Amino acid sequence: MRTTTFENAVATIPDGASLMVGGFMAVGTSELLMDELVRQRKRDLTVIANDTAMPGRGIGKLVSANLVRKIIASHIGLNPETQQKMLAGQIDVELVPQGTLIERIRAGGYGLGGILTPTGVGTVVEEGKRKIDVDGRTYLLETPLRADFALLNAFLADYLGNLTYALTARNFNPVIAMAADTVIVDAEHIVPIGMIPPDHVMTPAVLVDYLIPRG
Amino acid sequence: MDPTTLIAKRIALELSDGMLVNLGIGIPTLVANYVPAGMHIFFQSENGLIGTGPIPEEAMAQPRLTDAGGRPVSAIPGACTFDSAMSFGLIRGGHVDLTVLGGLQVDASAHLANWMIPGKMVPGMGGAMDLVSGAKRVIVAMQHSVKGKSKIVEACTLPLTSVRAVDLIVTELAVLAPSSLGLTLLETAPGVTVKQVLELTDAKLVVPPHVPSMNIK
Repeated sequence: MRTTTFENAVATIPDGASLMVGGFMAVGTSELLMDELVRQRKRDLTVIANDTAMPGRGIGKLVSANLVRKIIASHIGLNPETQQKMLAGQIDVELVPQGTLIERIRAGGYGLGGILTPTGVGTVVEEGKRKIDVDGRTYLLETPLRADFALLNAFLADYLGNLTYALTARNFNPVIAMAADTVIVDAEHIVPIGMIPPDHVMTPAVLVDYLIPRG
Repeated sequence: MDPTTLIAKRIALELSDGMLVNLGIGIPTLVANYVPAGMHIFFQSENGLIGTGPIPEEAMAQPRLTDAGGRPVSAIPGACTFDSAMSFGLIRGGHVDLTVLGGLQVDASAHLANWMIPGKMVPGMGGAMDLVSGAKRVIVAMQHSVKGKSKIVEACTLPLTSVRAVDLIVTELAVLAPSSLGLTLLETAPGVTVKQVLELTDAKLVVPPHVPSMNIK
């Protein structure tokens, strides 16, 4: 783990990279990392996240700045720009049921070859997927997802990089921390080692590559 | 009583003490306003919270404590938070006793369509498909018709949310449930006749000899 700045952390992300971004309607998304991606004008990004928030917030900033080529998300309904750009053919959108999306990411991070879920059986979601019967129930085989980078927003980090999240800002953050080659963390507060009791650590420091202290 | 209040009050009669309940956005959210006094319900918000409380006053909103629509909520004492994998494990794993969801269409097989209108509205399914697949009981809360067109149809023309039949449908006119004979009219709203419900419904309904009126005040 290394501590770094927003500028230097984002400079390691090449155009065309795939990014997992924590957050649910921008709650638990690092606004400062989104701002820096826009400032450095990264292009052709693939974004894997729950949603695209709304214009002006979270991932909505990347959409507005035309940095995104592809989005894998469960919901884009509160961001009209994402829908417009999808219909105009500027952004490729893959919609995935939320529980399936988080499990595909978990599978990617936990070394699994996929997951079996009943969600989507008999609907348009099953198109092109293998169906597998287990004990008389039908499941879809959903494949793992990984990304080049995971961009996390933590509430607390210690100097080693152990992380905790606050309230509903946790959401996708600890799961994407397992599923990307490089993990970049915007920590709102940094505390001495030992201040986060072992039982309260939600993401172990060994998963963190870059920790960005604020100011 | 306005239609949405009536629907919410009727669905509140389905609650029982200690249930884990997930409410969708729109009319379903209103059900929380009619929990009977003294009854404890665990309300889940799928962004990672059990113990969702009332909407806080503006100055008391906490930016990291929101509902599944991203709006500020409060958490009651005893609340707990978790990540999205656990949240959907609770949903898919059958730990949620009841979910109440909005609907665009429900058909005679009690199949629900509530996540897209091709070419018009493609918001994404969010958590709806997991909720219908996994919750122990699924109730649809919706207006009986939109622009004079029945939302209860013989077969859904919109993409389905799940092939699992929902358990109960509550509108401002009627309560319906699937049975081995077909979609059955269980109750009518106060002042509404069976004949009126049948006229305003585009699906064949099974009508028992006696159809009581909803027991709401």
